[in-house]
Amino acid sequence: MEIELRNPNIIMKLSRLGSFHQSKLSFLRSFLKEFKDWEYKRDLFELNESGYGTAVYSLKKDSRVYSLICFANELKENERSDRVIATKWDAAFTLYDGVPTKQDIERLRVEVPQQEIGRLSYKELTLSRANKSVRIFDHVVENLSKGKQPDIELLSKVGYLYRTTAVYGSGKFGLADRFRIKNRKEIYGPFRLEMMLVYFVRQFTFDQVNHIAKHKNPRKAVTLDLNISRNLGIGNSTGLGMAPFIVNHPILLNNWILARETALKNIRKIKFVETKDSDLFKTCLKKSIKNITSWNTNSEFQQKKIQSLFNDLNKFIQFIESDFYFSGEFPFNNIYLWIEENLGEECIEYIVSIMMEPYDDIVNPLINQMSAEEEKYFNIPTHRTVAELKQILEKNYSEMLKINFSKKENNQKFWFISKNKEEPRMSDRFKEKGSELEQPLAIARDVNKLYETLSRSKNSSTIDMFLANNDDLRHVVRRAFVAEKLPYSEIQDNIIGHSFIPIDMLRLKLSFFGVLKFDPRSDKWLRINMFQGAPLPDELKNHKDQWIYNSLN
Amino acid sequence: MKSLSEIETVSKRASRAAGYSWGICEEVGKNIRLLEMFGLPGIKNLNDYFDKKKKQKFENLKLINAENKYSKFQYCPIISGTSLLDQIKSLNNLNEIKFEGIAYPLLFLPFVSRASEIIGKRLLLKLDSNEFLLNFNNNIFSNFINDEIIIIANIVTIRLLENTDSFSEKEWNQLYKLSEETFVEESDSLKETAAGAGLTDND
Repeated sequence: MEIELRNPNIIMKLSRLGSFHQSKLSFLRSFLKEFKDWEYKRDLFELNESGYGTAVYSLKKDSRVYSLICFANELKENERSDRVIATKWDAAFTLYDGVPTKQDIERLRVEVPQQEIGRLSYKELTLSRANKSVRIFDHVVENLSKGKQPDIELLSKVGYLYRTTAVYGSGKFGLADRFRIKNRKEIYGPFRLEMMLVYFVRQFTFDQVNHIAKHKNPRKAVTLDLNISRNLGIGNSTGLGMAPFIVNHPILLNNWILARETALKNIRKIKFVETKDSDLFKTCLKKSIKNITSWNTNSEFQQKKIQSLFNDLNKFIQFIESDFYFSGEFPFNNIYLWIEENLGEECIEYIVSIMMEPYDDIVNPLINQMSAEEEKYFNIPTHRTVAELKQILEKNYSEMLKINFSKKENNQKFWFISKNKEEPRMSDRFKEKGSELEQPLAIARDVNKLYETLSRSKNSSTIDMFLANNDDLRHVVRRAFVAEKLPYSEIQDNIIGHSFIPIDMLRLKLSFFGVLKFDPRSDKWLRINMFQGAPLPDELKNHKDQWIYNSLN
Repeated sequence: MKSLSEIETVSKRASRAAGYSWGICEEVGKNIRLLEMFGLPGIKNLNDYFDKKKKQKFENLKLINAENKYSKFQYCPIISGTSLLDQIKSLNNLNEIKFEGIAYPLLFLPFVSRASEIIGKRLLLKLDSNEFLLNFNNNIFSNFINDEIIIIANIVTIRLLENTDSFSEKEWNQLYKLSEETFVEESDSLKETAAGAGLTDND
């Protein structure tokens, strides 16, 4: 049976991308799978009775070692801020390539807590910082020191002891450039080292509460129950900084979406589904409901989405239990056709994710194809013609070409880099200053301009001659030739329009990270939880890939 | 030490601030990264050029010919380089391309290096007395070993080198003969059962 990949003009709309959920392809799950047989060690743990000091954790296999160096420092209440503009944090971390020497640790003790204004070297791979969720952290320490476990209900409302506010990699602030490490097999998947850092940080938070509690009351203190630990993750506040990333990396975006679409296509092509596989699908589906019912958010926008997801999911479960038989031919294709017909986008994408669960053989080979060699697509094929480029736009940007940019509301916003923290921000071009310094992220608008200009040019002209007279369109000409080869490289929407919601872009990226329970705090930032329910480092070797549905919360 | 990623980002943003379009700035970012990776003073030259550009005009060379001579102002290395890169396929049949008066020619060099990769030919770039052999954008051989700013190259030539061997047929045969000493003579019975065995030419 021939099944086509889904149409990019539908899938790449923001409302659809903003409905994506974690799956077996997600980076935090693929990270745990890749490092399953690595040797975990806590190499150093020198904290004082208040929990301040240095710790080092490592993962080792053969001659390769990755070490997380943690610096926990005292922070006054009025200095604690989750905003990216903060300058001090409860703890700061860097992932070191190899085994750090004492001199390395001393050098990093000065630089790492400074974060963006510190200088790292090519020996360091990622950098981050985190703040305590003070209420939860103190509650846990207090109870453990009295010999009691903390209140699970209280913990489940937050889900973590610490939250990070940024995780940096790929050459930022002097960190190692990607080219130095990209050929290492264990980091073929995207963001592997960022995931490793966060995973180690999670373990540090458990070790730190246990340590403080013990020093507070050495005779009575107990350690945090492993089941409770497992159900705590690491929080993260994520803002606009993440949104332009997916526009600035079209090849990477394509590779992520293409992996997902290829997995779906291949699953729909399975003629007969084995009972063990359909059972696993149904089990994950039912278990996952707990992740929806325990999804806490005050955001009305998200509450509506959760409610619609919950209703649709129940409708779907009723359908597969009463009206559907996996014994027929192409059952997953039939399921897909039914959900497209009967359910909303949020639930369609939720079920697509869960369809992957039984199929390691389909999903695993795709994981290594989710990184990108962006250099390969950088040069513009300038021997091509104006007519060819016009056709590419008509085929790959048809949704964008429908937008009328002479209307003020379609041109309302602009993206810029803030002076104080060099972070991407968005503003209203008709109310705020600075639109002359706009970043080149208004792809829909620029594609329209390119199309108009091409329409006035001679069809047989070559692109080198076109560019000689239109260098203001060069960035978007480059993108169009990328989109010709990589159909999922562009978001088919206007990200400077009046009704544009950045949260959809953040959710897209975070779903690939493997995040659960998005909690939008406004339309510009959200809180998330990473690794909740994940195996602890000592349990990595025998962990089950479906851990994400085992959360107690 | 600055990472190449930082070098690329800052060069791109600075180029935008210097007035170039975003697409050109992307080229400059990649190019300065390339220069610094090859150990050539990209940041130093870019900085000085942008500083000079505030006070002085430069000419944008949009169409590359076999011989290019500026009319009033020295050529902008960035626009000249972009034009060369874009048009290199149509210039591929020339033996040599000549320019008179390119400002800050080290900023022009990475465009030529990338052009070498696009057409699959080595290019010999001469900036007055400084020579650079650009090998398919993989590496650069040069007699320029100073970490200095070159403000102008009065005569710039690019020689498009044909893909020829760097050795004689005699030298090749000598080495080939030595390599033959790793071969084993096949017996007649093995020859009879090798690929194609049993077929006749008339099958």
